[in-house]
Amino acid sequence: MRGFALISAISCMASVTATAPAAQELSSSQVERGRYLTIAGDCEACHTDIENDGLPFAGGRALGTPFGTIYSPNLTPDDATGLGRWTREDFHNALNEGIDDEGQHLYPAMPYPYYTLMSRDETDAIFAYLQSLEPVHAEDPENDLPFPLNIRMSVAGWKLLFFEDETFVPDPDRSEDWNRGRFLVDGPLHCGGCHSGKNLLGASKEDEYLRGGLLENWFAPNIRAGAGGGIAHWETDDIVEFLKHGRAKHTAPMQRMGEVVSISTQHLREEDLRAVATYLKSLEDEIPEVEDAPEAARLETGAGIYFDNCAACHAADQSGVPYFFAPLSTSNKVHAEDPSSAIRIILGGARAQPTDTIPSMLAMPPFSWKLSDAQIADLLTYLRGTGDRRAGPISASQVAEMRDYLAEEEH
Amino acid sequence: MAKQLSGVDVVLVGFGWTGAIYAEKLTDAGLDVLALERGPWRDTTKDFATTFAQDELRYYWRHGMFQEAAQSTVTFRNNSAQTALPMRSWGSFLPGNGVGGSGVHWNGQTYRFLPSDFVAKSHNEERYGPLPEGMTIQDYGVTYEELEPHFDYFEKICGICGKAGNLNGNIVAGGNPFEGPRSDEYPNPPMEMTFSQDRFEAAARNVGLNPFPVPSANMSRAYVNPLGLQLAPCTYCGFCEKHGCGNYSKSSPQTTIIPALMKRPNFALRTDSEVLSIEKSADGSRTTGVTYVDTSGESFFQPADIVVLCAYPLENTRLMLLSQIGEPYDPRSGEGVVGKNYCYQVMSGATVFFDKEYTNGFVGAGALGMAVDDYNGDNFDHSGLGFIGGGYIACYTTNARPIESHPVPDGVPGWGSEWKQAVQANFLKTASVGVHGASMAHRSNYLDLDPTYTDRHGRPLLRMTFDFTLNDRRLSAHLTPVAEEIARGMGGREVVVGERKGSYDSVPYQTTHNTGGTIMGTDPQTSVCNRYCQSWDLPNLFVAGAGLFPQNAGYNPTDTVGALAYWSVDAIISKYLSQPGPLVQA
Repeated sequence: MRGFALISAISCMASVTATAPAAQELSSSQVERGRYLTIAGDCEACHTDIENDGLPFAGGRALGTPFGTIYSPNLTPDDATGLGRWTREDFHNALNEGIDDEGQHLYPAMPYPYYTLMSRDETDAIFAYLQSLEPVHAEDPENDLPFPLNIRMSVAGWKLLFFEDETFVPDPDRSEDWNRGRFLVDGPLHCGGCHSGKNLLGASKEDEYLRGGLLENWFAPNIRAGAGGGIAHWETDDIVEFLKHGRAKHTAPMQRMGEVVSISTQHLREEDLRAVATYLKSLEDEIPEVEDAPEAARLETGAGIYFDNCAACHAADQSGVPYFFAPLSTSNKVHAEDPSSAIRIILGGARAQPTDTIPSMLAMPPFSWKLSDAQIADLLTYLRGTGDRRAGPISASQVAEMRDYLAEEEH
Repeated sequence: MAKQLSGVDVVLVGFGWTGAIYAEKLTDAGLDVLALERGPWRDTTKDFATTFAQDELRYYWRHGMFQEAAQSTVTFRNNSAQTALPMRSWGSFLPGNGVGGSGVHWNGQTYRFLPSDFVAKSHNEERYGPLPEGMTIQDYGVTYEELEPHFDYFEKICGICGKAGNLNGNIVAGGNPFEGPRSDEYPNPPMEMTFSQDRFEAAARNVGLNPFPVPSANMSRAYVNPLGLQLAPCTYCGFCEKHGCGNYSKSSPQTTIIPALMKRPNFALRTDSEVLSIEKSADGSRTTGVTYVDTSGESFFQPADIVVLCAYPLENTRLMLLSQIGEPYDPRSGEGVVGKNYCYQVMSGATVFFDKEYTNGFVGAGALGMAVDDYNGDNFDHSGLGFIGGGYIACYTTNARPIESHPVPDGVPGWGSEWKQAVQANFLKTASVGVHGASMAHRSNYLDLDPTYTDRHGRPLLRMTFDFTLNDRRLSAHLTPVAEEIARGMGGREVVVGERKGSYDSVPYQTTHNTGGTIMGTDPQTSVCNRYCQSWDLPNLFVAGAGLFPQNAGYNPTDTVGALAYWSVDAIISKYLSQPGPLVQA
């Protein structure tokens, strides 16, 4: 099997990183370590009501899942509404087993299938950091889930099927860098949460590991960087630059990934980002079959639409402006099997994430008012049919569907 | 009754180039800074998107970027014997409005003034004897050498594309040999020139002149500035002036400073907030802050330890007059300073029409050009010419925006089928050579408050009294034939000369380079601000912008405006903060 097994039968083995949970005083170094892991885990993103300018970590953010809306809980140490009365044990159970302080199962929107790779030491550090925050009294809205999902016991069944409590075991045949990278990617960074395909019950599919996944109608692309992978043409430095500065030769983080870079990865140590890149560079993939060539007439129409609307920024030969306007001939969004992100960006535009080092506010404008469904379909068919990688044609109805979705989302 | 707000360290009146510069440096120094901008928020992604930025009706014809004349305008007359009337629609110049100010819709021509321009009075008197009667030019009080590091920094913020002609005193081939010594090369190479510039360069060399690429704020390549902000390579679409750049290719406050600034917790911006007056302490020794009004009509008093006027020069002058700060200028006695030495720019040129060759003017950019400086400032001997100063002569291909630009040869009717045929025949076959003449201050050209007309708040409008002076006319008469000579050498079928004749006319567009009114200098009797751009009257009031120019040089003002702002804010941080008070003893 080529796919990397996320959930492997190693949970019974001893972890080299885990140590016995000793009674520790809150030390500043532990809080600092916890802060770093909290950043790596991107906890703030889901646990802050960003859309409504909520206070950091006070929860209340509406998280859309294919099954309904879940509101993130308050992580500040408020007794009544937050983690004020939690113990380190409770917190470890939440991250490691997906169980809250009252023994209830947590919905897997909380990425404990990834966080479980963290050791007790590490979850204690995160807890110490969260307990050092200013308590915020903030009640979270009730989740909006249909029966039977509103019954938390239903999660137990899900976990039985898809979750294993694991610890991270380094591969002795691989470099320290690679192992650190794998730990970060599969643990705190929980990249697979978006970038791995999901089954109908929302669990990551092993053979879809980091081959791209659909989330809130964004397609988080294939991020395998070894031969044949979606970002095989990205060098280690490109991956580091993308995560550290929010700009790379090939593209910039946008939307949800923009949030991840803004809140999380830009603040991580460069050696950690390098480790992530080293690991991703080791993940090979099979280059998808070249699809049948699209009709010549559609290619011609698409080329004309491209030249009139896109070439000024993305260049007539699709080579773009590195670090600025994405080269489209090699774009893993354009050539993804699932064209959702490409269609969505053309319709609605997209904003490149400003970072501390590169604060520029760059964006692609929306074209929904300017191009019809058929025009966008022809444009994408042209781009997918002429780039370095080939992907199948797009139909006007695919564009129309996304247009409807976006219109609905606006309400 | 204005609602009292809590105080800040610094309030900036207006948020264009100079507002952004002061804010960036002062927040970096740890001060709490609030910028008040009369107009709306604007950014590239939302307001100048490539999908609609090239809308000529909206931006050229309907003045989408500019101050709304219906809300506030100036009244104009050529001389004090006339009655000034309000400009109900902008013409000769186009004051900006909104975040980024005129820095959004400029062309990007980014010249440094010459060293002698900063000492115009003493330099010319020394070389040519006493100035003529009525000419009120003076020295800036700050020298080119003092400003050089600030020119350099502003050019790096903007990523200016050019070729140095004088590096630390060494003349470098390919650049402008007349420029003051530069401490560094331009951060980016010159733009790619087109057919017209190549012809101009050859023709200028033929007559013994020294052509060089115009320093451009339109990018020749991708660039990241010292604040980490990105500029993209220019696409030469020719929608610079009067338009915002949708491609991030033109330096503007939006592309080069504001995104870094907006992240700082000690910076705040309030848009749609128009400052009505600068308030003074009871003893009149300091400013206490400003009063402003928002769009709902509610007014606020914003206390501040320091106030910086960063609005357009005309508005800075008006605010000082309305707030009764400094002695208003009186043209009869020549006494007083506020409103004094209003200057403009003396523009003329020649258009070349080609027969066979295509100039393809639609491949353009605001600062895409070659220029000669042999007839600028005091780069040539003025003995016996009867005027001082000069101007650059340049061949720009700024645009061929079809509604605005369709030159036709002489003798073609102004409308009808013959005109249409001429437009069609010549649209892709024209080039222009322009003279960018200096404007020397004169006793009779000034700004004051209009006795009749008021704005929507009932405050008097600013009154502009201006006409071209004898110096202006002689300057133009001397330089325009040089431009014509170069134009004739470019190999076209015919050349149409556009001379600057008669009185100043406020209707046809000429340039948005209005200078003076809040001039700087060495003597409080003859200037509003000292050499650090600090008010002589209220030491915690600073003034930015081209209003500081005691007279206008033969260049576009923005580089000098930027350098003066960095020079001034540097003095605030390094001198004023530790010892608040006058930085120069009168």
